[in-house]
Parts: sequence; structure tokens; C-alpha cells
Amino acid sequence: MEGVAQVERAGINLKPSGRTSEPVPSLQEPVEPGKTVGNIAVDDPIFSCRDVDVYYGAKHAIKKVGIDVAKKQVLAMIGPSGCGKSTFLRCLNRMNDTIVGARVEGSILLDGKDIHDKKQDVVQLRARVGMVFQKPNPFPKSIYENVAYGPRIHGLAGDRVELDEIVHGSLQRAGLWEEVKDRLQHPGTSLSGGQQQRLCIARTIAVNPEVILMDEPCSALDPIATARIEDLMEELRQSYAIVIVTHSMQQAARVSQRTAYFHLGDLIEVGETDRIFTNPRHKLTEDYITGRFG
Amino acid sequence: MNSTNKPQRTPAETQAIVERSLRRRYWAERRFRAYGFAAVAAGMLFLVYLFFVIFSNGLGAFQQTKINVPVFYDPAIIDPSGTRNPDDLHAADYAAVIRASLKAKFPDAEGRAASRELMRLVSGSAPFELQKKVVADPSLVGKTEKLWLLASDAVDLLRKGHIDRNLAEAERPLSDQQIGWIDKLQAEGSLDLKFNTTFVTGGDSREPENAGIWGAVVGSFFMLALTLLLSFPIGVATAIYLEEFASRNRWTDLIEVNINNLAAVPSIVFGLLGLAVFIGFFGLPRSAPLVGAMVLTLLTLPTIIIASRAALKAVPPSIREAALGMGASKIQMVAHHVLPLAMPGMLTGTIIGMARALGESAPLLMIGMVAFIVDIPKGVTDAATALPVQVFLWSDSPERGFVEKTSGAIIVLLAFLVVMNTTAVILRKRFERRW
Repeated sequence: MEGVAQVERAGINLKPSGRTSEPVPSLQEPVEPGKTVGNIAVDDPIFSCRDVDVYYGAKHAIKKVGIDVAKKQVLAMIGPSGCGKSTFLRCLNRMNDTIVGARVEGSILLDGKDIHDKKQDVVQLRARVGMVFQKPNPFPKSIYENVAYGPRIHGLAGDRVELDEIVHGSLQRAGLWEEVKDRLQHPGTSLSGGQQQRLCIARTIAVNPEVILMDEPCSALDPIATARIEDLMEELRQSYAIVIVTHSMQQAARVSQRTAYFHLGDLIEVGETDRIFTNPRHKLTEDYITGRFG
Repeated sequence: MNSTNKPQRTPAETQAIVERSLRRRYWAERRFRAYGFAAVAAGMLFLVYLFFVIFSNGLGAFQQTKINVPVFYDPAIIDPSGTRNPDDLHAADYAAVIRASLKAKFPDAEGRAASRELMRLVSGSAPFELQKKVVADPSLVGKTEKLWLLASDAVDLLRKGHIDRNLAEAERPLSDQQIGWIDKLQAEGSLDLKFNTTFVTGGDSREPENAGIWGAVVGSFFMLALTLLLSFPIGVATAIYLEEFASRNRWTDLIEVNINNLAAVPSIVFGLLGLAVFIGFFGLPRSAPLVGAMVLTLLTLPTIIIASRAALKAVPPSIREAALGMGASKIQMVAHHVLPLAMPGMLTGTIIGMARALGESAPLLMIGMVAFIVDIPKGVTDAATALPVQVFLWSDSPERGFVEKTSGAIIVLLAFLVVMNTTAVILRKRFERRW
């Protein structure tokens, strides 16, 4: 049980659970696209993806991936570099549209409606599905303007007072208000890395999205700033669905309720986070979380 | 790989090898620095020499010799009928007034030849000056006024030391008698260098002492203002379209290649194009700053487009993703975030383009801006000339007096350039942002 040992080293409380009775795939068996171990479906999903393929030109980056995203839950996507987890994340708010030569196939339903439907406006989609990026990327504007930007372009605030309220509320929920309340007019780029990332989160929640996508949000941050963001995610989970891509298995174990393991464009295994880290069913998942590669 | 056969080097041996190569590396660096320094020094030296030549030649253009003469506004000459009729005042023989005044000062000038020589001391424009004064104020008639009359260019050249007094009388533009008068005037302080208001406020003239640069300055100003108004928005919009919106295919590649080629097309070709299309086909007026500006716009557009596209490319993709991720539409992303960040780079391209446009003369020759134009242009469709064309015109004039005007015009052109670029750099500074 190397997997357990690994997770225990990371200081995670494990429930005593043994292997389930589901059949374990042969270790030598090649990965078959679309054959994911574990239950990809959840009750009442916000996102429901089936048979998603992504091509970058000739490169087949995502192969027949199907997974649901539950409401008020954190879904962590882990896997070695280049495995396609970020690519898949970017499918969910159609950020891949901006990449020349990128092609997405399959069905991605948001609240039962296909996001690739002709009637689905991409601008509206991105207002419903916010995104926080790997590197903190505040706009080169004031802290206030950073948070006010979304509500402003979407016309969410009727007047200045309302806008002030949104900015105040968002910064408060992002845990940044106390630190910046006296310098709202300072440039957002003057903040520290961790503060910038929380500013980006505040900016995202200011438009009141239904889902927040986070692409390795803590990879550029120190452990203290990381801990703050993780606390914040736990809080945000009360109102939003969160999908996070992370390279840190400890982080995935700490913040998420479900975990998905990607490997070279295939979704290998999905399951309850506790179960994945204590009892991986696929050989590749086990190798990865025990640190044999990746 | 025969490293297995060779004995391993000791650290000391390795150090010795590194040390030997170090010396060579540092020597290469020092050599490169020396080349750079020598090149910069040589460049500076030539620049200083250039400025020295221009300023030593051209500063004289800002001063003009004037002669102080007590002018008697003789009623018998100006207004024999005594009616003070404006038409009569306008038509009066003011040259005779000046001649009489000069003769009163130099009674030794007897006979027609001497009196003609005396008149040649003052500029041919002096009678018009008197005319203007009298028409504006008829009460001057009958009074005597001490006036600084504009000297002729020959007197001016003598005063500035450009005429060799030791030459034979027939070989210089002034006779012995004239030089005698001039020396006498100078001795009594009635001949002196004054600030040349004609040069900085007047239009072109065939007479060096009456030639002014202001017409060309105004022409250049109209032209460049219009060029900026046309080329900056069009250039930036083109760059944004090509960089952010156009799909990448063979057509956009073709357009890109052609824009890059256009930047290298000789400027006179643009002049020919302007002549054929704007004047020939659209029938716009010849010699007009409007047409000049359109030609210069074609000329500067490639520069601005190329620089603007480079500036757009340099905007970090994270900013675009942030904006798009917030649900900004593409045009909002560009207008709110990308454009402000790219603006300094775009302005740099515009400064380079405008500086080039200011110095262009070849395409303007083709559209008739090389014409001899005396009036100061009042609008963009009036006939006008431009500063570099004026420099070209004066450098081509046979009169010795135009030599310093040419250098003077170059000084004005450089000053125009410095003012324009300083304004642009200050503007760019204000647009600069950190990220």
C-alpha cells in the first residue's frame, strides 16, 4: 500500500477503507480511450461531459473523456505534465476557441445545454463559468478596477453605489478586503503574488459565476499564500462548483471531494478523493500517486 | 568517446585551461566594447561637425542688415492733390520717397546712375513697407520718421563678411561708391544687424532678403497634422484587424508580405501614385497639403502597421486570457486591455513614421509642392510647400544670399522635428503602464 503511505506522509486523515470488489484492470493492459475506471456520473451535475475529444492541429490532446462536475463540490484534476488536464479545463469555458488550430468534439452540457450549441453565446458562457489562471494575471489597472471590470462589462451594477458594493463583497469573500481596503486605487500589480491571485479570484466571483475553473492557481505561490487560497476554496465551495487542475497531490487531497486522474489525454480514473488516494484501482493512478512517475 | 582511455584531468589542470580561455573571452569582450566606443565616438564627431556647419552657416539667416534712414513722407510725392484719397495713397511712388530720403543723407549721389546705385542699398521691398505704413496711418504724410529699412541682400552679404572687398570692382555686386556709403552708415551706427522677422514670418521670395520660412512651416504643419490624423487611426486599426481578428490564411499572409514590402518602396513611387490617383483621378488640387498628407499617409502606414503589430504581439497572453475569461468580447478585450498596453509601442512606430514623413521631399515634388509659393497657406487645400522642399528649393537658388537661408531652413526643420518628437515622447510616457 505505497499509495496510502504517500498520502499519510502528506498528513491526510484517511478513512479505513479496503479495496472494493470492482474488477481491477490488468496492469499490462493498454489504456483504452473512453474506458474510465470509477463512476464518471454524479446526481444533478452542473457540467456533464461525454466523449470529449480535443485536437491541436494533428495532435489528439484529449481522447474520449467523459466526466460530470457536481454542484457545490471541488473536482480536482491531477496527472503528469502534458496529460491534457489543463486542456480539458479550458474546454469547459471554451477558452480553447482562442487557440488557432484547436478543435473540440463531443458533448459538454452546462445545466443540460450544450455549450457548443449555436445559441450558446461564448461571452455569456464565460460569465457563468469563471476562470482563475496559473500565473496571477491582474489587469494593469487599479485594484478596484480589476474587480469592477466584470460587473461593468456585463452591466451587473446599476450605479456607482451598487458597483462599490459588488467590489467590496467580492474582495471580502476572497479574503482580501482587510489587506487592500485602504489602497483600492493602487495598481493590482503592486500586490504580492498570493494577493494577486486572490484578487483574480475576487474578480472572478464579482460576476457571480456558477462554476469556477482554476488552472494550477497555487503553482506560483508560497505555502502560506497557498494555504489561504485553499481555505478560500473551501469557503467558495458553499456556493460554487469548482474545478481545479493541480500538480500537487496533497493539494488535491486537501481541497477536493472528487478527483480525476488524466494520463496522456486519457481520463484514467475518477472517484471520491479519499478513495482515489487510499485505494486507486488503476495501475497508472497508483503509480502516479505513489510517486513512481510524474 | 575515448574518455575511458585518457586519464582524468586533475582540478588544477582544468583550472589552468579555464584560465587560459578566460583571458581570451575577456579580450574578445574588451575588443567589442572598443569597436562600439570607437563607432559611437566617430558618429558623435561627425554629428558635432554637421551641427557646427549648419549652425555657423544658418544662424546668420535669423539676422538681417537694416539701414536707419530719416524718411520724409513728402506730400508732394505721395499725395500731390492733398485729398488723402486711400487709392492715391496706395498708388503713390514710395520708391521716390526713399530715393529722396537717401539723397538727403548722401548729397554726393548725383545723376541717375548714382541715384540708382543708392537705391540698390535698400531692398526692393522697402517701398512696399512705406506703402503699408502710410495706408494704415495717412497722418504720417508730411512728417519725418527714422526708419530701419531692409537692406538689399548685397549689403547684407557685405555686412556679414561674405563679399571680398579686395576683388576688382566689376567682380563684386557692390561698387566702390556703394561700399563707401555702407561704411559711412555703419560708422555712424545707421547700419546694423537686426532680428530677421521677415525670415520667420514671411513666405518664399525670389529676393533672399525677403524670403521667409513661415509658409513652409505652416505647409509642413498642415501636412503632418493631417498625416497623423489619417495614418495613426488607419494604421492602428489595420494592425488590430490583422493581428487580432483576421483569420490566418494565404490572403492574410499575402497582405502581410505586401505591407512589409511597401515599407521598402522608394518614396518617389508614392508621389507618382498620389499624382495619378489623388490628383489625376480624384481631381484634388495640386500643391495642396491635403494631397501631400495623403501621400505621406501611404508612406508612413507600413511603418505604423508593422510597429503596431509588433506591439500587439508583445502584450502578454495572460492579459488576453484574463479578459476573455472574464467574459469580455474580443473587441472589449482589445479596447480595454490590449490596446492600452500596446499603445507605447504603437506611438514609437508613429514617431518613426512621422519623422520620416517630415523629412520627405521626393514624393512632394511629384504632386507639385515644389512650386514657388509666396502666400502663407490658410488651409489644407491652399497651395503650399514643405520644409524639406523649401530647403531643396533654396539650395538650388543661384543667389549667394540663399546659402544661409538654406541652412537657416534646416535649423527650423530640425527644431520642428525636435518639438514634434518631444511632444510624442511625452505623450507616450503618459500612456506607459507597468504590468
